[in-house]
Amino acid sequence: MFCQKVRLTQENMTKSTVLMAAVCLLFSISLTSLQSLTTAKNGGQADTLHYPKSFGFGRTATLKEIALLDTDVRPDGKGLPAGSGKVSEGKLVYAAKCSGCHGATGVEGPNDQLVTIKNPTDPKVKARNKTIGNYWPYGTTVFDYIKRAMPFNQPGSLTDQEVYNLTAFLLHENGLIKADDIINAKTLPKVVMPARDFFVPDDRRDGPEIR
Amino acid sequence: MPDQNGNKPLITEKKISRRTLLGGAATAAVVLAQTASGKNFQAALTKSELHLIEEIEDPTKVPGVRPGTLGTRSPFEKPVKAPSDISSRTPLQDLFGTITPSDLHFERNHNGVPAIDPAKYELVIHGMVNRPMVFTLADLKRFPSVSRIAFLECSGNYRGSVDGKVTPQQICGLTSQSEWTGVKLSTLFREVGVSPKSTWFLAEGGDAAVMTRSVPIEKGWEDAIICYAQNGEAIRPEQGYPVRLFLPGWEGNINVKWLRRIELSDQPFQTRQETSKYTEAIGGGKIRQFSFTIDARSIITYPSYPQKVEKGWIEIRGIAWSGRGKVVRVEVSTDAGKTWKLAELQDPVMDKAHTAFRYLWNWNGQPTEILSRTVDETGYVQPFLKDLLAARGGNMGYHYNPVTAWYIQNDGQVLFKAT
Ligand code: HEC
Repeated sequence: MFCQKVRLTQENMTKSTVLMAAVCLLFSISLTSLQSLTTAKNGGQADTLHYPKSFGFGRTATLKEIALLDTDVRPDGKGLPAGSGKVSEGKLVYAAKCSGCHGATGVEGPNDQLVTIKNPTDPKVKARNKTIGNYWPYGTTVFDYIKRAMPFNQPGSLTDQEVYNLTAFLLHENGLIKADDIINAKTLPKVVMPARDFFVPDDRRDGPEIR
Repeated sequence: MPDQNGNKPLITEKKISRRTLLGGAATAAVVLAQTASGKNFQAALTKSELHLIEEIEDPTKVPGVRPGTLGTRSPFEKPVKAPSDISSRTPLQDLFGTITPSDLHFERNHNGVPAIDPAKYELVIHGMVNRPMVFTLADLKRFPSVSRIAFLECSGNYRGSVDGKVTPQQICGLTSQSEWTGVKLSTLFREVGVSPKSTWFLAEGGDAAVMTRSVPIEKGWEDAIICYAQNGEAIRPEQGYPVRLFLPGWEGNINVKWLRRIELSDQPFQTRQETSKYTEAIGGGKIRQFSFTIDARSIITYPSYPQKVEKGWIEIRGIAWSGRGKVVRVEVSTDAGKTWKLAELQDPVMDKAHTAFRYLWNWNGQPTEILSRTVDETGYVQPFLKDLLAARGGNMGYHYNPVTAWYIQNDGQVLFKAT
C-alpha cells in the first residue's frame, strides 16, 4: 500500500514531490525493505537515494557546441534563425531539389505527398491525403523537419534561406498563406493551421475501457 | 585448409554425388522435419547442407569442431528478419522463450543505420538545466548502471490479410525483447540539475533523419534508461549503437536511437514524428497525439501460418505483453471464441515485458479457430479488431493491438483470421 503511494508520487514528479517521495521512502524503509522496493519497480528512484549530489563525470558544454547541434524550432518560434522566405523563391528550390521525390506539384510522389488534395473521392487518395494543409498542427514543424531531414538523399545540406523559401512555398501550395506573404521568425508561428484543433492528447486510460 | 585456430576442418565439402542428391537428401530432410516438431520448419536446406547431414551420419565417430572465438548458429537453423525499405521484422514464430536474439531484433529507422565511432560519441544535455553538459560513452559507463528486461514495439505493428496467408512475423513482427543496460536518465538529470520548471525534453538522434521526439519529464524521472548495452553486449548498430534512449512500455519511435542530444524545455516541440506521424485519427474528427503507451496484446506463435498440424496433442504457445505493466492473465479459446481457458504463464512475469504462455490442447481434427487474449494488471482486456475499429470511428492507424485468430482447416493447415 505504502509502496504504491510512493510510486504514484514519483510518476507525477516535480521538485516538491521529489522531496515528498524521499520523505515517504524514509518512512517506508521501516515497513518494507528497500531491496524489495527497488526490485519491485525497476525504474524507481529508491536505490538512488544514497547517490552523491554529483558524480563529477562529464564536462560543461560550451555554448558554441550546443549551437552547432541545436537547430530545433518550437511552435512559439523559439529556435528559428534570422532571415525570411518567399513563395516565388521556394518554388525554384522545390523544383530543383524536391520535386524528384515528391512530384512536380507535391502530390505525385513517389515519396510522401506534401500538398493537400481538395475534396478527393477515391478512398485510396483520401487515406493518403494527410498533409501539411489538413493534418499538420504547426507551421514551425515544416521548417524544423525540412532543415534537419530533407532532401532525403542529402540531409542537412540546405541553407536557412532555402529552408525559409521552401517553407513559404509549401505553406502556400497548401492554401495556408498568400503568394506574396513573407515567412520569418515572427510570421511562421502565426500561420493558422486548420488541423490544430483536431489534435487531442492521449485519452486512453488504464483499465478495461477500449479507446 | 587449417582454420584460424590451426585446426584442420573436420568436415570437408566433397563433390555431391547423384546418390546424395536423390536418396540421401530425401532421407535427411525427413529426419529433420520430425525433430523440428513444434517449430515453423521449412525445408530450405541447401544442397551442401544436405550433403553435410549425410557426412556426419554418426557424429560419435569423428572428432568435432574445436572451440572458436565466436559462437555460431547451427547451419540447420535459419531464422531471419523480414526487411522492407524502412523496417525489418522479427521472426516471432521461430523463437522460443522471450528474449529476442540481438541479430533478430526488429528494426525501424527513418533514413538508415548510421556509422558512429564510439570514441567520438558525445551526449549533450542542455536547455532548462543548471549546467549544460557533455558526456562521452566512457562517462556514461562510469555512472551507476541499471539493467532490465523489457519489450520494445513499434506502434504501427498490425497487419492483416484477406487470404489468411500471413505469419506472426508479418502480422506483428515489429516487437522484440532484450535485456537493456545503461544509466538511468534520472541520474543524469541530477548531474545537470534539471530545472523544476521543465516539463518536457527533446530527444534527438545522430542519424540521417536527425530523429526528434518530445518526452514528458515524468517519464525521464520514472524509468527512462540511457542504454549502451543489449543482451550483455554493446547495443547493435540497428538498435542505436553506441547509445539509445529506452522508455519501457512506450512506442518504439520515441525510444530514440543513436541519441546525441537531450534538451529540457517547458513545452513539447511538436516535431514531425509526433504530429504528421505517430498520431491517430480516432473518429469525430479527432486526432490522438502523444499516445505513448503500448496497449496489452498477445499472439499465438504456434501453431500459426504457414504450419500444418496433426490431430492430437498440441501445445499452443505464444507471447503476451503490456506497456502498462505486467500481464496477469492470458486466455485461450480453441472453439472460435465461444469459451476461454486460462493459459499457463512462464515465470518470471515481468513489468512491460513479453511473457510466454502455453496451453495444452487435444485437437480432434475438426476445423476450428484458436485465439488468445491477454489482461494486464490495470484490468485492460485485449480487444477484438471490430471493437477497436468501433472505438476509433472506423479508423485504422497506430496502436492497433487486436486479438489474432488462427483458423485450422480439417487438413491441419493454419491460416490467419481477423477478429
Ligand atoms: C530522395 C528523395 C527525396 C527528396 C529529394 C526529398 N524528399 Fe522529402 N521525403 C522523402 C521521404 C522518403 C520522406 C519520408 C521520410 C520518413 O517517413 O521518414 C520525405 C518526407 C518529407 C516531408 C514530410 C512529409 C509528411 O507528411 O510527414 C516533407 C515536408 C518533405 N519530405 C519535404 C521535402 C523537401 C522540401 C525537399 C526538397 C528540399 C524534399 N523533401 C526532398 C524523400 C525525399
